[in-house]
Amino acid sequence: MKNKREETEKKSKNIAISLYEAFKSFCTALPTLFGVILLISLFHTFVSKQMISSVFTGNVPGDTFIGSMIGSVSAGNPLTSYIIGGELLKDQVSLFAVTAFIVAWVTVGIIQLPAEVTFLGKRFAFTRNGLSFILAIFVSIATVTTLTVIQ
Amino acid sequence: MKDKTVTENRDKKKRKEKRSFGGYFLCLILVLYLFLFFFEPERIMDSLKSSGVMCIKIVPILLVVIAFMGILNFFLNPKSVAKHIGKESGMRGWFWAIATGILSHGPIYLWYPFLEQLRDQGMRSGLAAVFLYNRAIKIPLLPVMIYYFGTKFVIVMLVYMILASLAEGKIIEMTKG
Repeated sequence: MKNKREETEKKSKNIAISLYEAFKSFCTALPTLFGVILLISLFHTFVSKQMISSVFTGNVPGDTFIGSMIGSVSAGNPLTSYIIGGELLKDQVSLFAVTAFIVAWVTVGIIQLPAEVTFLGKRFAFTRNGLSFILAIFVSIATVTTLTVIQ
Repeated sequence: MKDKTVTENRDKKKRKEKRSFGGYFLCLILVLYLFLFFFEPERIMDSLKSSGVMCIKIVPILLVVIAFMGILNFFLNPKSVAKHIGKESGMRGWFWAIATGILSHGPIYLWYPFLEQLRDQGMRSGLAAVFLYNRAIKIPLLPVMIYYFGTKFVIVMLVYMILASLAEGKIIEMTKG
């Protein structure tokens, strides 16, 4: 009986230590995380929807590339990317460009890159973001082509 | 015993490096804020307010991530990690990475320490990339996406995104990113 109680106490103590270790590890991450949050807010305050739609030229391949680029340097809730994407479609920006834009928005994180490099390593972060940028263009081409075929 | 001390020293060194990088990065951003404040004081104040709101918003998810990390610390060992998401995981590993990526919530940067911890225990880098890519698929936001782009578009795009995530994971594993 006593042994069981001791074991339970030991277990809860170990869980508490594990949680404390996790908390300590997170505290180390806080300056980087605060930096990323401040950077995202700066982006939201200084870059407007109008600024984003003004960079598209009407040339489909070029716009797809630009879409992926703008999506990559943008950050924030994906909902915002859908709203901007919807507005871009209304402004006659091609679906290729808009798709590349919304995919890159959520898969590439240039603003979060310092945090990703800190935790997951330079090589991993750069390879992952580079590949996601290229794949956003591929996903956009594949999606719109498939839609054209099935419609 | 010796191994344990070596690991502890490595962890301490890593933590110290991370703290100093984070400190420099935060200082750089604060200098940028200060610089911009002289030209656009109102916008900078808005930006600071919005950062405050964002910090408050992420508190619940921050607690969830810390709890996850603590629980993982307690229950997982390199052997079980290897079985589910490590070298021996095979197809099951890809499936777990996709499913957990889709189901995870909150800002992406909050999940980096969690992934770092898993990788230290033996998680495959490719699976970390698949997890991060699939975080782009947000089930609660799908109705809004369908409203703007239509059901067919959303289904087709999501299928290609999952395929793209697998391609990315495979390439990262091949290049040992």
